[in-house]
Amino acid sequence: MELISLGVRSIFIDNMIFAYFLGMCSFLAVSKKVSTALGLGAAVIFVLTVTVPINWLLNELVLKEGALSWAGASFATLDLSFLRFIMFIAIIAAIVQLVEMIVEKFAPALYGALGIFLPLIAVNCAILGGALFMAQRDYTLAEATVYGFGSGTGFFLAIVALAAIREKMKYSNVPNGLKGLGITMLLTGLMGIAFMSFMGIDL
Amino acid sequence: MKALQNLFDSLKPNFEKGGKWEKFYTLYEGHRTIAFAPDLVTGTKGTQIKDAVDLKRVMITVVIAMVPTLLFGILNVGHQHFLAVGEEATWLDKALIGALAVLPVLIVSYAVGLLTEFTFCVIRNHPISEGYLVTGMLIALVMPPTIPLWQVALATIFAVVIGKEVFGGTGMNILNVAMTARAFLYFAYPAQISGDQVWTYLGDKTPVDGFSGATALSVVYDAGVTGTQATQALSQHNSVLGEGIYSFYNMFMGWIPGSIGETSTLMALIGAAILIGTGVASWKIIASGFAGAYAMGLLMNLLAVNEYMALPPQYHWVMGGLAFGVVFMATDPVSAAQTETGKWIYGFLIGVLTIIIRVSNPAYPEGIMLAVLLMNVFAPLIDYYVVKANKKRRLQRATV
Repeated sequence: MELISLGVRSIFIDNMIFAYFLGMCSFLAVSKKVSTALGLGAAVIFVLTVTVPINWLLNELVLKEGALSWAGASFATLDLSFLRFIMFIAIIAAIVQLVEMIVEKFAPALYGALGIFLPLIAVNCAILGGALFMAQRDYTLAEATVYGFGSGTGFFLAIVALAAIREKMKYSNVPNGLKGLGITMLLTGLMGIAFMSFMGIDL
Repeated sequence: MKALQNLFDSLKPNFEKGGKWEKFYTLYEGHRTIAFAPDLVTGTKGTQIKDAVDLKRVMITVVIAMVPTLLFGILNVGHQHFLAVGEEATWLDKALIGALAVLPVLIVSYAVGLLTEFTFCVIRNHPISEGYLVTGMLIALVMPPTIPLWQVALATIFAVVIGKEVFGGTGMNILNVAMTARAFLYFAYPAQISGDQVWTYLGDKTPVDGFSGATALSVVYDAGVTGTQATQALSQHNSVLGEGIYSFYNMFMGWIPGSIGETSTLMALIGAAILIGTGVASWKIIASGFAGAYAMGLLMNLLAVNEYMALPPQYHWVMGGLAFGVVFMATDPVSAAQTETGKWIYGFLIGVLTIIIRVSNPAYPEGIMLAVLLMNVFAPLIDYYVVKANKKRRLQRATV
């Protein structure tokens, strides 16, 4: 029950996009078509679900204060948490490399459509943010997995909804100066207002 | 009529290309088409359209459907005023006081909104449509009667510019414009649009002792917290104003405090009858909206862990702005789902979300505003998948 409510919270209430505004670059850039947005969203779900638990293990067994005590008494007071950023990023980059190879092998069309943004997931702040929130909030392994999956799903929902709106906006008559990213920024703000409906729900 | 036509015809050269007011052609066209059908005809090729009912007539139908709500709103604001200050008054007095509170809001909303819209139409040279006549009245109807007028003006400008004109004007917005205006105020100036004190227009008078301006929704929310039976809490509330102000009958009729136009379920249903009868609004959205709210209310009853969740679902229909929102906001043809199957899903989810937000989100006593906005965001996605499923089905049929 706890896990379910954590999952729901990370999808809707603590939405990566609309509550923390993390991962905006790919959110804005790869949302022109629903099909590519679906691909990127799925990749983000996968990467978050895999990297958050792996980073959890890394954090618990190596980086945290006293985490290295299994290696001997002399390591018991060692605190490596200053290495968190670089270690988390390294793990994320490795996993993204893996995803990239899988996508290239099995869905070349999607690989072409995602282009540069697939490798860029490695430096997507939503992914690193997921890992850092996990470390900060002291989740257990199960919670970390659910959290990774939930926040990925939140990103997925947001980017697919935005892509559908942008496809519909082909019929709009946006002023020249606002075409492209300008109107998308405004749209993101308006979507953020709509997502405020979940803020404050206490699960 | 003939004289009017002559007047328009004689003015026309001034606005045509080369005339001295060439820039203001859209203004001329906009006013002419109020009285006359547009003189555009379809070409000799392609589909021939033979119908005088253009966007303008559709919008006017919506305005007519809202008139009962507006009149009732004016009367009810006066009624609540005299209840709260504890004076006897005739219906005429009530209507006068109500008009004093409501009409300025309506006038400000129309004046500011139309000015903004005309400015954009002239600069960007696109035709004026009557979309704002609907939006302007909706904006006034969803405000509390005590709202400061400058806030109405600010919200109107925000909604018209950011909510509509940046997307290209009427018919191209993503979110419902009136709901955008209200949400803007709700998050920017919560003190004037939420709480217990803003729903009753007092003027400069003081209310009677023991008066609390709490709406039905906040009464049942408190009942959920304190563990009083919800229907009982409703019937016992505010007995200084007379017995049972929150009886089911009163809430259905609308004699309760609230935003100007939202209180009366009956008037919203009359509006719904007009809209459905003329084919302007989708009955699917309205029906599935009410059904979604009822279904979620029933589900809440089954899972009830507090008294609010145990509230009989039909009460959700008459409290707050559910009926008004489902009938007038959710059915906005621009921001709603466009596909027929999509409309069922869209309306149903609005009903469901409204009840979820009402019952489980302590931050907002009412959920219809945010439920409509959220589903506006997801409506294009619903349509996308409905269309895709349809394509798939037809492809299958084609290959067999």
